[in-house]
Amino acid sequence: MKQVVFWGTRGALPTSLTSRDIHEKIVAALVVANGRSFRNRNALEEFVRGLPFAVNGTFGGNSSCVEIVTSGPEHIILDMGSGARPLGQAKIARFGVPNPQTYHIFISHLHWDHLMGFPFFAPMYIPGNRIVIHGCHPRLEEAVRRQMQAPCFPVDYSQAGAQIEFDLMTPDHPHYICGLNVIPTLQLHAGDSYGYRFESVDRTLVYSTDCEHKLEDIEAFERFARFFAGADLVIFDAMYSLAEAASVKSDWGHSSNVIGVELCQAAAARRLALFHHEPVNDDKQLARLLEETRRLEQITRGERPPLEVVSAYDGLILDL
Amino acid sequence: MMNLPTSEQAGVLVVSVNGRIDHAVSEEFTRALEPLLARCTQGQPALLLDFSGVVYISSAGLRVLMMASRQAKAQQGSFAIAALTPLVQEVFTISRFNLIVPCYTSVDAACKVLGR
Ligand SMILES: [Zn+2]
Ligand SMILES: [Zn+2]
Repeated sequence: MKQVVFWGTRGALPTSLTSRDIHEKIVAALVVANGRSFRNRNALEEFVRGLPFAVNGTFGGNSSCVEIVTSGPEHIILDMGSGARPLGQAKIARFGVPNPQTYHIFISHLHWDHLMGFPFFAPMYIPGNRIVIHGCHPRLEEAVRRQMQAPCFPVDYSQAGAQIEFDLMTPDHPHYICGLNVIPTLQLHAGDSYGYRFESVDRTLVYSTDCEHKLEDIEAFERFARFFAGADLVIFDAMYSLAEAASVKSDWGHSSNVIGVELCQAAAARRLALFHHEPVNDDKQLARLLEETRRLEQITRGERPPLEVVSAYDGLILDL
Repeated sequence: MMNLPTSEQAGVLVVSVNGRIDHAVSEEFTRALEPLLARCTQGQPALLLDFSGVVYISSAGLRVLMMASRQAKAQQGSFAIAALTPLVQEVFTISRFNLIVPCYTSVDAACKVLGR
């Protein structure tokens, strides 16, 4: 495993910026510029790069879709949220048609925000491509087919040009796929969800989204600490604050930045990526959450080596 | 058993909590609070946890406080925390538990509000 590319990072529902958001970003940038003029384009670009992320960027709006880049020829994708649309487009642009490719897709669960990108994933319409959809839900194939049926969608599933296979995985067992050991595990979420641990010879990645962690369940905490053990990167559902997850949004099936830090610390993981962002949170709020999470890690670190904390955004590429 | 020394100030039952309230001691902390919470009812003295000796609190510890606060409310008693050290105060803010458990800057400040 070489890299992770985030194509969709928003939770629950794709969320776009509004005109108001853009307006505020431009105003904020001009306030920082304070009437300054720039020698050339490079100087201007440098100034823009130096602005806070909430001003010069956005956490983006597509729903869950993450790519693992390996040195092998096959593609590995985690979830088929709306981020699968730009991902599919990028693959077509890069490899062209006809140029048959194999895609391995791991599905955390069958909720719409994790499947809705599939009908817009262009490689599925191209004969010669092979798509293997891995997951632990017995109704995985049914859920994928159902969203491409009238009256929900104009193109029926049977119009797929690619060869599509389904692979029902067994939780807590290692599966050898694309040169990786892949271990799924059951997570607490309505209708069940599954986290995935991917291990190569020298790298470990954990994808754990749509999972609630009950604070009183110390046994489950220890089980997840083992599942995350020594990971180079943990992609973690940090949708709510700890207080929300424990009170008003208890049983809604999501977790918080605080639990992400505690689990990664207990697991001696190296890096934590906050993921599945709450649609209500704008870029300023998400940037604040990242700062707070980094501060929490710092003040609770003790004698441990530092845990690096990032917040995933559409387009973020992390080297493993 | 976790030791929770108590004293009375202005009609408020002040309980000193010390050390690290982490996953390992959260159950013990719950049990130590039980008899105190049982008496935290309408017309009884308010229960105030003096947190000046707490150096760390984990999510499991925060949950104990949330449950205590809920129980007190259900019994129409008063429950609060006071004198958080700056780092523990930060954990409360980051977790947003400052919004669901009543916190006071000092024991004196809390007693002015909760005392009789
Ligand atoms: Zn979701
Ligand atoms: Zn879900």
